[in-house]
Amino acid sequence: MTDDGLITRGFTGRRRPAAPGQLPPGQYDVGDKWPVLSAELTPSVRTEDWSLAVDGAVETEQTWSWDGLRALPADSIVRDIHCVTTWSKFDMSFTGVSVDTLLDAAGPTSDAGYVIAHSASGYTTNLPLADLTGGKAWVVWQAQGKPLTPEHGGPVRLLVPHLYFWKSAKWIDRLEVAVQDRPGFWENNGYHDRGDPWLEQRYVGDP
Amino acid sequence: MIGPTSGPGPTGWQVAAVTEIARPATGFVRIRLDVPDRQPGLPGQHYVVRLRAEDGYTAQRSYSLASDPGDPQIELLVEQMPDGEVSGHLHDVLQVGDLLEVRGPIGRWFTWTGEEPAVAMAGGSGLVPIISMMRWAIRHDRQGDLRVVAVGRTWEQLPYAEELAAYGAFIALTQENRIDASGVERVSAPPYPDEVAPLIDGTTRAYVCGSVGFVGYASRLLGESGVRADSVRVEQFGATG
Repeated sequence: MTDDGLITRGFTGRRRPAAPGQLPPGQYDVGDKWPVLSAELTPSVRTEDWSLAVDGAVETEQTWSWDGLRALPADSIVRDIHCVTTWSKFDMSFTGVSVDTLLDAAGPTSDAGYVIAHSASGYTTNLPLADLTGGKAWVVWQAQGKPLTPEHGGPVRLLVPHLYFWKSAKWIDRLEVAVQDRPGFWENNGYHDRGDPWLEQRYVGDP
Repeated sequence: MIGPTSGPGPTGWQVAAVTEIARPATGFVRIRLDVPDRQPGLPGQHYVVRLRAEDGYTAQRSYSLASDPGDPQIELLVEQMPDGEVSGHLHDVLQVGDLLEVRGPIGRWFTWTGEEPAVAMAGGSGLVPIISMMRWAIRHDRQGDLRVVAVGRTWEQLPYAEELAAYGAFIALTQENRIDASGVERVSAPPYPDEVAPLIDGTTRAYVCGSVGFVGYASRLLGESGVRADSVRVEQFGATG
């Protein structure tokens, strides 16, 4: 096969990255735009009705209202994000609560190893617990200094920037801690179970 | 929303040969490719095309197929994007006989094989996966189970305009009046609810594909027409600033 490279006749390419170490393989810098992708209609989520549950394999199930979530200690972070459709966007600023804070309150049981993130739209995505702990993941309500808009997952989305962005579920309303891994929406539809952009884990069958 | 849990999956990279290049609508190039040992697929899926420069630099993008799985070749319709690195090459440099690295078919959500009667609303290049579904419907004599609402700015800018008209799609041009085959003139406008209602009637699934703005418009229209949100499958592209 051709992973070692068929050179495309006449292709020179325009967008050599300024900082090659910042761009995972097969990605390009999308610049100022923020592409919108979803598999379903954008749900209308009102903060008055919204809540976030952490349940499943935990010692104490927890639920936060919008005000309750906002009362937790918040982080402001700057991260690059990488979409499996090959765009990357550098230096995005977000504000939200570390998933560590939420999980610490609920206390995953000792045999818990995974989390299924659920959205108000019915979307799901699965993640190893280890990808959500240790300061690597947040639930965020602000991006680039502004409230997260509905098409980008507002009012609250998951942010797991070290994995492809389909793992950062929009319209998040539940983190289900689980003992067994269980594929989510795209993971059931041909995409990789973990989705590490630096290993280019895009589709089923990738390393 | 629960997707299928099995079905054709993507392959590794393969080398495909360009067999045909055409420019059927303004801003679009149609590319047909011969893919040896192609995996079976479903109407509505996409392929990834990867270009490689001599220094090893690569750029890859996803393109929906217009061809249905029964076609011996695959067909892409690529819109020229402003300063598009990959689309620019495919528009301006690509020739018949060139070899391209491709990978697919990918995606098992935005697909239709007649499992439910469906209405599809698509605009611009969002029509491409719908064309694949239409061709599948024709091949299986199931046209009654796939109603199509096609939206373009002008006839010249509407991809697969003749094929859509021949299929019986409802065509809404937003920047040009149109007189259809029966002599009826339609004034330029997006589709109205009362135009779309007869196509929705009797369907249990909807497909919406297009730009972010188009998907927003189509979503409101379908919602106002009583279509359940969880019966709508969406594929969208484009960005916010």
